Amino acid sequence: MNPLYLVVPLAPLAASVIVGLFGPRLGRTLSHTLCILGVAVALVASIMIFRDVQAGHVFNGDVYTWMTSGTLKLAVGFLIDPLTVTMMIVVTFVSLMVHVYTIGYMADDPGYTRFFSYISLFTFSMLMLVMSNNFLQLFFGWEAVGLVSYLLIGFWYTRPTAIYANLKAFLVNRVGDFGFVLGIGLVLAYFGTLHYAPVFAHAESLKDTALNLGGGHAALLMSAICICLFIGAMGKSAQVPLHVWLPDSMEGPTPISALIHAATMVTAGIFMVARMSPLFELSDAALSFVTVIGATTALFMAFLGIVQNDIKRVVAYSTLSQLGYMTVALGVSAYSAAIFHLMTHAFFKALLFLGAGSVIIAMHHEQDLRKMGGLRKYMPITYITAVIGSLALAGIPPFAGFFSKDAIIEAVSMSHIGGHGYAYFAVMCGVFVTAFYSFRMLFLAFHGTPRFDTAGHADHAHDDHAHAAADHSDPVTELATQAGTEPDAHDDHHGGPPHESPWVVTVPLILLAIPSIFTGWAYIEPMLFGNFFGNAIVVHESHAVIGEMKEEWHGVVPFIVHGLASVPFWLAISGIVAAWYCYLVNPALPARIKAGAGKLYTLLDNAYYIDKLYVYLFADGARKLGRIASTVGDRTIIDGIVVNGTAKVVGWASQLLRHLQTGYVYHYAFTMIIGVFALLTWWVVRF
Amino acid sequence: MAFLSAPTLAHYLVLGAILFAISVAGIFLNRKNVIMILMAIELMLLAVNLNFIAFAHYLGDMAGQVFVFFILTVAAAESAIGLAILVLLFRNVGSINVEDLDELKG
Repeated sequence: MNPLYLVVPLAPLAASVIVGLFGPRLGRTLSHTLCILGVAVALVASIMIFRDVQAGHVFNGDVYTWMTSGTLKLAVGFLIDPLTVTMMIVVTFVSLMVHVYTIGYMADDPGYTRFFSYISLFTFSMLMLVMSNNFLQLFFGWEAVGLVSYLLIGFWYTRPTAIYANLKAFLVNRVGDFGFVLGIGLVLAYFGTLHYAPVFAHAESLKDTALNLGGGHAALLMSAICICLFIGAMGKSAQVPLHVWLPDSMEGPTPISALIHAATMVTAGIFMVARMSPLFELSDAALSFVTVIGATTALFMAFLGIVQNDIKRVVAYSTLSQLGYMTVALGVSAYSAAIFHLMTHAFFKALLFLGAGSVIIAMHHEQDLRKMGGLRKYMPITYITAVIGSLALAGIPPFAGFFSKDAIIEAVSMSHIGGHGYAYFAVMCGVFVTAFYSFRMLFLAFHGTPRFDTAGHADHAHDDHAHAAADHSDPVTELATQAGTEPDAHDDHHGGPPHESPWVVTVPLILLAIPSIFTGWAYIEPMLFGNFFGNAIVVHESHAVIGEMKEEWHGVVPFIVHGLASVPFWLAISGIVAAWYCYLVNPALPARIKAGAGKLYTLLDNAYYIDKLYVYLFADGARKLGRIASTVGDRTIIDGIVVNGTAKVVGWASQLLRHLQTGYVYHYAFTMIIGVFALLTWWVVRF
Repeated sequence: MAFLSAPTLAHYLVLGAILFAISVAGIFLNRKNVIMILMAIELMLLAVNLNFIAFAHYLGDMAGQVFVFFILTVAAAESAIGLAILVLLFRNVGSINVEDLDELKG
């Protein structure tokens, strides 16, 4: 085994532990240096492993045996193949950028070292997840990233909204994890091992095995396993209907939104399904399910992006929608296209998020798009990188998003899996909507006339918002808190015009903009049509959409030319033009549409009422259930009938019996005589 | 009138039974006085004694008569204790009326 494999996860872990335990004593500079060093080492090691893997050295083996129980061996092990190294590089690279960016973004936060410890711990967890060679370690990483996500969404733990959001994320993920654990349990029950390799090897032989569900119902084992596993992915990758936690997770600091809730953690579900491709390929039902869920997420979450006014929530809904695209790609067996989109999306979405964070810093923690505008001339670097990110997101050639998204749409159009028609419609419409909301955000934030008060924000900070965190007396912080934004940093220069962010913020933006431009045309050929993934991804012959696309592949330039003449490109262009018309040329139009749309707008503004439904159904339902259990189950049955009831029955019986005790001696004597008489009679009669 | 002939064992037993029945009735029917109960108990013992003596005589076994002496001795002691209790009862309750003595009532 290559010792570098161990270095990759352990370097961030070591940094996290040291900074976590001794952070305040080490001081800020040493803390962030250590963490950045840890992640940088991991990145360098990942690149070296990448080269090694490209040279053909695939590794699959255990490093440490945790436990042996009968024939079951639970181990910590690594599976290093092209799929893993792709993820490793994406994770470590984005993580490194976010680490650097954090220096600038969190500069004045009292939890500075804690934050660094958390994000390094996240990097470790995510690497353990992607490098795993068995289900148990996958699950460990899965839960560990969930834990860090929980900790970071609630990073500003004095804010009730943040606590609500992290609780929500945790609970919704539990629902998904329930399915995931069931899936792993089924794998263990039928395969007797948790290592990938033997499971994948034997999957074909269990293809037609039926699973008895009881009550005369049966299901195909493979469908059951895959759907259970995918429910886990729905939780982690925020697919409808388990998506509700992701928009709320924006309560966390922006670097976290970029790293965890856009680029890496939420793609764990996509990665997992791609990793399980040998299983998913055996079940058309599961693939159809994946396709339909993905398509629904892709389209309907995109609509929500249009009506958001919080800059971070726009990006959050766009993340949901793009995750839907990846899921659709998985559903139509275009696993490599999903991973390809995962990679390009990680770069441009992290870029967009960090750009949004840069804008938020410049606006003194104002996140409302309606109060921005014209930022282009104040912060040129952020503007240019945001344009690159938006173009990539909208899918305009030659930016990265064009290639990955076009590949997905192409794959969907060639698929024959159930639900492909709906999926094709959804991803097509999604292109227009994506372009529209991403450029709406760009135009509202950077173009037009400034709608903020350059003289200072302190003036309109004194609305009576009683729920602001009590210990902040600074007006800017108060404003930030009541607006649901970030009550840290930049108290030192509130007011004044916005200005470009410091280099620790802009350099990561530039470094993320570069892969957002070139990863598309540079890697589409090897990743999709070359044999890059080798045996890591298995596609059944009847689902080989990528194989069909390969026959039509004639190089990058023809692909772009073909793309320029195809519908998605023109949908994207029309989306951009529509956004340009609505928000720059005729700014009164959106308000009129909004007024005209009426109920439709309310529906979107309330995110299809799904949150309200869940609160009503599950939160209130659980409380009602608890109340019933408390009043009926506990107080009535246990306390009332079982405990007090026993006493009452004894009391009641005694009440009756006490009448026998008259207290008169002659009654007792009479009873005695009667008794003797009766006994004698019985004795005599018996003989 | 055969039963008026020379007394036999049956005569004595019947007398004993009558005495016993009277004493039992005396215990049950008496509502007024605890002393009456004590007296009824004494009568009951006498009825038993009568049986003992009758059997002793007709069976020719002196053990029965010896028993009677013991019973009389014990009955005397018992009456003494009974009366002592009665005095205490009267001091504490202020009554020896049987109707009033229902302290054991549940």
